[in-house]
Amino acid sequence: MSTAADRGAGRAPEKTLAPTPGQTVGPFFAFGTDFPKKHEIVFPHSPGAIVLSGRVLDGAGQPVPDAMVEIWQADSDGAVPRARGALSRDDHTFTGFGRAFTNDEGRFEFWTREPGSVRGEAPFFAVIVYARGLPDKLHTRFYPPEDEERLAADPLLSSLSAEERATLVLQRTPEGWLRQDVRLQGERETVFLSF
Amino acid sequence: MTDPQKPAVAPESLLAAPDQASQSQIDGEIADLHAEFARRAAAGERLPMTVLNFPPYRSSVLRSPTKDPKHTDPETIELWSPAFGQRDVTAIEADLTLNAGPGEPQGERITVTGRLLDSWGRPVRNQLIEIWQANAGGRYIHKRDQHPAPIDPNFTGAGRTITNDSGEYKFTTIKPGPYPWKNHVNAWRPAHIHFSVFGTSFTQRIVTQMYFPGDPLFALDPIYNTIRDQKDRDRLVGVYDHDQTVPEFSMGYRFDIVVDGPEQTWFENASWFDDEEEQ
Repeated sequence: MSTAADRGAGRAPEKTLAPTPGQTVGPFFAFGTDFPKKHEIVFPHSPGAIVLSGRVLDGAGQPVPDAMVEIWQADSDGAVPRARGALSRDDHTFTGFGRAFTNDEGRFEFWTREPGSVRGEAPFFAVIVYARGLPDKLHTRFYPPEDEERLAADPLLSSLSAEERATLVLQRTPEGWLRQDVRLQGERETVFLSF
Repeated sequence: MTDPQKPAVAPESLLAAPDQASQSQIDGEIADLHAEFARRAAAGERLPMTVLNFPPYRSSVLRSPTKDPKHTDPETIELWSPAFGQRDVTAIEADLTLNAGPGEPQGERITVTGRLLDSWGRPVRNQLIEIWQANAGGRYIHKRDQHPAPIDPNFTGAGRTITNDSGEYKFTTIKPGPYPWKNHVNAWRPAHIHFSVFGTSFTQRIVTQMYFPGDPLFALDPIYNTIRDQKDRDRLVGVYDHDQTVPEFSMGYRFDIVVDGPEQTWFENASWFDDEEEQ
């Protein structure tokens, strides 16, 4: 991993290849992208395990029952999983990567741990959403709500209106779990990201 | 908002667009939108390669954001990618003619091979490529595909592989048939293979579709045409490669994939390669 100083020291050379464009995941991704326990980044109910859940909703507020949501995150101590085997589920290794298909109510859920801060920044889950009817992937972030000081210092969050910010900050449930809906369009549309 | 008393609509009924336009109406909408995007691009507007809200693809109307994405610098976790390795998949998963049933699937056997590269032409090694597709008759193994083409008991149409040290991948499969769908009257998708690909940064993640050269359905297909520029659409078409054909056995196609990423990925990818050496 290069440091921030490395990155500031130079510029990348000109890109030489045009990127491959994205396309919709379509309606039939479930048999191509499935793997066992794909939404269990940690063993359910193990110490520190929480459920991260939400719904994917369309512009009419209706659930999207054929969406796929992926999360990628640091472990609670801020360590980024580097061991190979991100699809394997041995019930104790934290791979940091999970995938969930929405159900008929548009709901997705993951068993995971709280993400830690990697370099002192506000911790977050990196999230990508795909769906039938959505022509390309959408990136967003989910931030746990508690660390107010770091959230206030976050460059992305601090550039947003209060309403926009609320789409990226998770809610803590009475069980101590986390939830946030993804609104693809319309009122309270989720803030999606380009890089 | 959803009425909690009302059960969710059955997904099957969502698959047909309500208006059932004619193909010529869809063709006109596609032509008008491509012309509009070409004008806006010529006027200097920065537009994505793939248009999200593209009404000829009817189900995109309510499922795509109407606001521009927020441009931001990728941070920490976004500059890494999940780590895959050869033990994540078995070799047979890359051969779709063997990984399903006891016998040989029907259809034209093909090899699909290519390189996974980043924007600077560097090979992306040890990353996961997943594919899924219809069978030779255009039928998917999926409960929501109910059109009356036969299911092939020896073909599921799903495969996975991990790129090698040169960023190369190779699948053996069957050429998929065109697939009818309910976007409009008599709508047919050009034959395609879905690809899901990881780069070395999570920002480079891509899900796309590979097509076959010379397909007469290209101009008619709203999904292919969500990519607004012809030269970008052309990059989704596999190239027939006679060197990849196997005598008396199979045809061959090349499909190289370039994962995009912001400038930061140039540095992160460089260090990724250093990490690999330690293992």
